[in-house]
Amino acid sequence: MRRPHYIALGVVILLTLGLLKLPSRAARNLKLAISGMFLPLFGLAGSTEELADKTSYALLPRRELVRQIEQLEKTNQLWQIHFRQAQEWKRENDRLREQFGVSRQYPWKPKLGRVVGRDPANWWRTIKIDLGSRDGVVTNAPVLTSDGLVGRVSEVGFAQAQVVLVGDPDCRVAVLVGDEKNREQGVIAPASSPLDNTLVELSYLSRHAKLAAGQSVVTSGLGGIFPKGIVVGQIADFRSVGYGLYKEALVRLAVKMNRLEEVWVMMP
Amino acid sequence: MNWFNTIAIVVVVYLAVFLQATSNELRHWIGVQIDLLPSLVVYASLSRGIAAMSCVTVCGGLWLDSLSANPLGLSVLPLFLVGLLILRSRDLILRQEPFAQFVLGASASAAVPLLTLLLLVNTNVQPLIGWFSLWQWLVLSAVGGVATPVWFGFFDRLGQALNYRPVGETSFRADREIKRGKQ
Repeated sequence: MRRPHYIALGVVILLTLGLLKLPSRAARNLKLAISGMFLPLFGLAGSTEELADKTSYALLPRRELVRQIEQLEKTNQLWQIHFRQAQEWKRENDRLREQFGVSRQYPWKPKLGRVVGRDPANWWRTIKIDLGSRDGVVTNAPVLTSDGLVGRVSEVGFAQAQVVLVGDPDCRVAVLVGDEKNREQGVIAPASSPLDNTLVELSYLSRHAKLAAGQSVVTSGLGGIFPKGIVVGQIADFRSVGYGLYKEALVRLAVKMNRLEEVWVMMP
Repeated sequence: MNWFNTIAIVVVVYLAVFLQATSNELRHWIGVQIDLLPSLVVYASLSRGIAAMSCVTVCGGLWLDSLSANPLGLSVLPLFLVGLLILRSRDLILRQEPFAQFVLGASASAAVPLLTLLLLVNTNVQPLIGWFSLWQWLVLSAVGGVATPVWFGFFDRLGQALNYRPVGETSFRADREIKRGKQ
C-alpha cells in the first residue's frame, strides 16, 4: 500500500472516531448543519409537488368541484354538531374535575406538517417533516394522524424535524389494552419483522390479561410524552410467553406508515 | 487529476443520497431501501485516484448519516475501507468488463451494510434487524451489482460529452519533412 493510502486511511479513521465520540448535542447540531445542505433540493421537490397539485386542481371539472364542496359542507355540518356536543361534555368534565380536585386537561395545539423524506437506512424507521423550530416544534412532541399515533419528534432543525415512528427501537410507547373494566398496561416494542411494518409487539402484559383479537390499543399517558387516549392500533394476535408468566401480543398499527404524506404535530 | 470528473461524481453522490431519502416506492413494494453509494464508491475506486475516492466516501457517508437516524460518521469508514480495498487491487481487476463491475458492485454493496452494522452494534445502539434483514441484504447486493456498470456507462458518456476530446495522432513526421528553398 502506498503512502497516500495510509495517510487517507488514518485521516478517515480519526474522522470517524472523532465524529462518533462527539457529545450528543454537538453531533446533533453538526448533523442538522450537514442535512441543511439538502434544503434547496427539499424545497425544489416541495415546489414541484405543489405545482403538480395546482395543475391537477386547474384541470378538475367544475361539476366535480361543486360536488366536492357540497360533500364538504355536509361533513362540516356534521362535525359542528359533534363539536357542540363535545364542548358540552368538556364543560361538564371541567366542572367535575374541579369538584374532585383533578387537574384540568389542556387542549392540544396541532400543526400540520408534510412528510418530505424517509430514513435512507434500512434499520431505522424515521421520517422528516417540513416543520422545525421556526414553527415551534420541540423534541419529543407527539405526532399523529386522524387514524392514530405516528411517533414522536426526535430531532428538530430550523426548518425540518425528524420523527421516530412507532415500531422503531427508539420509540417505545406505554399503552392500555382491553375494555373499561379489565384494562391492562403494556409497552409497544420494536417490530419483530421489518417486512410488515404495520405490525408491532406489545409486551409486559400480565398473565391474567384478557386479550382478544380486534381489541383497541391506546396510549396510557405514562412516560409523559404521549397524551392518554391516542389510538395506536388493534390486537392482531397474542400468546403466553416465559412458561405462562406473562403475555405478548401483536398489534396492527392504525396508521399506515408507508403511506404517510401529512402528519399532525402536537404543540406544547 | 481531472477535477471535473471528481466534482461530477460528488454531485451524483449528493443526488443519490437525496433520492434515497425521498423515494419510497421500492421500500413500499419490496420492503428494502436501496443504497447506491457502494456502487459509486466502486466506480470512484476503479476510475479515479485516492483523493476522489476519499471525497466520495466522506461526503457520501456524512450526507447519508445526516438524513438518517445513524450516528454521524458511521457510514464513512465502511465505504472507505471497501473503496481502499478495490483501489489497492485495481491493477489486477478487468475494470472495463461489465461482469467484473457487477461482481465488484454486488460484493461492495454486500460488505458495506455488514461493516456498518458491525460499527453500529459497537456504538451501543440497537438497530431494527431480524430475519428479514437477510432479504434486504440480498436485494441491496443485487441492486448494487446492477448499478455499477450503469455508473460506468453514465460517467463515460458524461466525460465524452463534456470533456475536451484528446487530439488524435497526426501522420506528420519531422524526419520526412520536405524542406523547400535553398539550403
